[in-house]
Amino acid sequence: MGKALQLAVTLLAAAFLLVPTIQSVLAGVTVNYFQGISSGLTLDWIGVVWELYASSIFLSLGIALACLCVTLVIGVPAAYALARNPGRLSRAVEEFISLPLAIPGLALALALLQLYGSYKGFRMSWTFILVGHVLYTLPFMVRSVQSVLAAIDLKTLEEGAATLGAGPARRFFDVVVPNALPGILAGALTVVTLSIGEFNLTWMLHTPFLKTLPVGLADSYASMRLEIASAYTLIFFVMIVPLLLAMQWASARAQQITK
Amino acid sequence: MTLTLRNIAKTYPGGTRALLPTDLDIAEGEIVSLLGPSGCGKTTLLRIIAGLETADAGAEIRFKDDDMTHQPVERRKVGMVFQSYALFPNMSVRGNIGYGLKMQGLPRAQIDARVDEVIALCRLEPYAGRAIGALSGGQRQRVALARAFAPRPRLLLLDEPLSALDAALRGQLRDELAALLRQFGITAIFVTHDQDEAMAIADRVAVMSQGRVAQIGTPEALYRAPQNAFVARFVGNSMPLGGRIEGDQLHLPGGTLALAAPSDGMAAFVRAEDVRLAQDGPLTARVTAVTFLGTHYRIALSGATDQTLFCLHQGQSAPKPGETVRLAIAPQSILTLTPEKAAA
Ligand SMILES: Nc1ncnc2c1ncn2[C@@H]1O[C@H](COP(=O)(O)OP(=O)(O)O)[C@@H](O)[C@H]1O
Ligand SMILES: [Mg+2]
Repeated sequence: MGKALQLAVTLLAAAFLLVPTIQSVLAGVTVNYFQGISSGLTLDWIGVVWELYASSIFLSLGIALACLCVTLVIGVPAAYALARNPGRLSRAVEEFISLPLAIPGLALALALLQLYGSYKGFRMSWTFILVGHVLYTLPFMVRSVQSVLAAIDLKTLEEGAATLGAGPARRFFDVVVPNALPGILAGALTVVTLSIGEFNLTWMLHTPFLKTLPVGLADSYASMRLEIASAYTLIFFVMIVPLLLAMQWASARAQQITK
Repeated sequence: MTLTLRNIAKTYPGGTRALLPTDLDIAEGEIVSLLGPSGCGKTTLLRIIAGLETADAGAEIRFKDDDMTHQPVERRKVGMVFQSYALFPNMSVRGNIGYGLKMQGLPRAQIDARVDEVIALCRLEPYAGRAIGALSGGQRQRVALARAFAPRPRLLLLDEPLSALDAALRGQLRDELAALLRQFGITAIFVTHDQDEAMAIADRVAVMSQGRVAQIGTPEALYRAPQNAFVARFVGNSMPLGGRIEGDQLHLPGGTLALAAPSDGMAAFVRAEDVRLAQDGPLTARVTAVTFLGTHYRIALSGATDQTLFCLHQGQSAPKPGETVRLAIAPQSILTLTPEKAAA
């Protein structure tokens, strides 16, 4: 009896989440939403979305990749430095770079606008949005890499490499990076997923000529017919769901190492 | 390669004086063991030689004629076997063994040839392609040794390479390791807290206590002629004869023994094999336990000194627990040494 009830509640909760999603997805491939499925299925709306918003989708992909590069270049060495020098100072630095997690995206965006808003060239460039995304995603990369590095005896491994003639750079690329790989992978997928899906901060930072995928989505909800907005949602799902799944898989794998 | 160490001391940032100023000379091809209880500074000394730790100011480290004192670890060409082995989990057995050669920038073919040679020497052929995670403790130990030896280091340093293994395996691998090190013909320093290991592997043993070398010598010399109480107890398994020395007389709770020479202010020691059961002996003791060990009996005695005294007895029969016996100890088999506090 208890089991059945549990199952019912679970199914109900799943339905609660899934039904609107399915409905929305269906709306995106229906000829006329108000006449229902009977009006026929079509891919035309997706074509329209592509015409209207392809630049948003590419902008988002571009920013996500650039964000990934920047967080890799800053985040991996930072995680390494934190893992090699555990102490109060490291903990303080860690808290500091995690600060954007606790601050609402809107506040972060406001701070960026106040700080850089007057530099017109920068304000109007996609790199302005990139800076916001980097601030927001960097702690995820650092934490992910750091937790994997903390689980291995990095100091002794590096000492082993040093006695074999490896200088600091060789040690970093031959020993540190390969052993941190599961953490780097999990961090990378998290960064890309978050960057593609980020709305709050990006909405504040965007310009009419620079709309990312989620900002374009909001735009389409506000100003397009329902079928187009739904088709857009469908495209967003197709992009983000595999990323989410991959991220979960990679995080679980990285966590196994830390145990 | 000869190794010359002068005035090597180490004070850790917290203020721990891990090593007091120490001099040590090691000859070409010699295998020296650093033996001592945990915390006496063995690892610290080894790490200073490797360049993984810097000694206090005033130290001098020479590899043959080259001053290495200020060279970083990667330029010292030392092979090191870590207590935890520190094998690279991201590389195969071959990858680990070849890493040092790769760092020397040798051509691929030369690296492969040398790796094959070392793999054969260490009898690692069946495991060459394996991942590190797929090896047993004993196999890892040999890979760590092969990895350290492959780049032809000037000096091989081993930090308790057997202590991570279980006891049954340790004895067997100890003899294997001793044979391999001889075969390598390399100057080596071997750290251990186990005196059997030190004796089995080393040409000379440096016994360490509380940050200093208490005595260095061949295993025989350390056993037969310890220079201080610490070495006598740690290496010779000598038992203290706690009593009062007056001239050449040693007054014990169970009687008075004659010493070979006047030894006021010294501490007296004896080994179990030098304690004899003798009807007319000057010491009286009570038997508390008797263990038959095949070739001899090991008899625990109380009342002769202030602690339990052991006697190795080679007769056909032994006294029973509870019996009172008389003991003799020849004056020349009583070691009289500087007491431990002064020595340490
Ligand atoms: N990194 C360190 N910082 C502070 N103290 C240390 C450090 N390493 C070792 N010590 C201390 O130095 C002493 C000698 O240590 P060690 O050389 O590791 O001894 P052993 O190898 O003989 O067990 C010990 O008291 C130990 O606690
Ligand atoms: Mg040690």
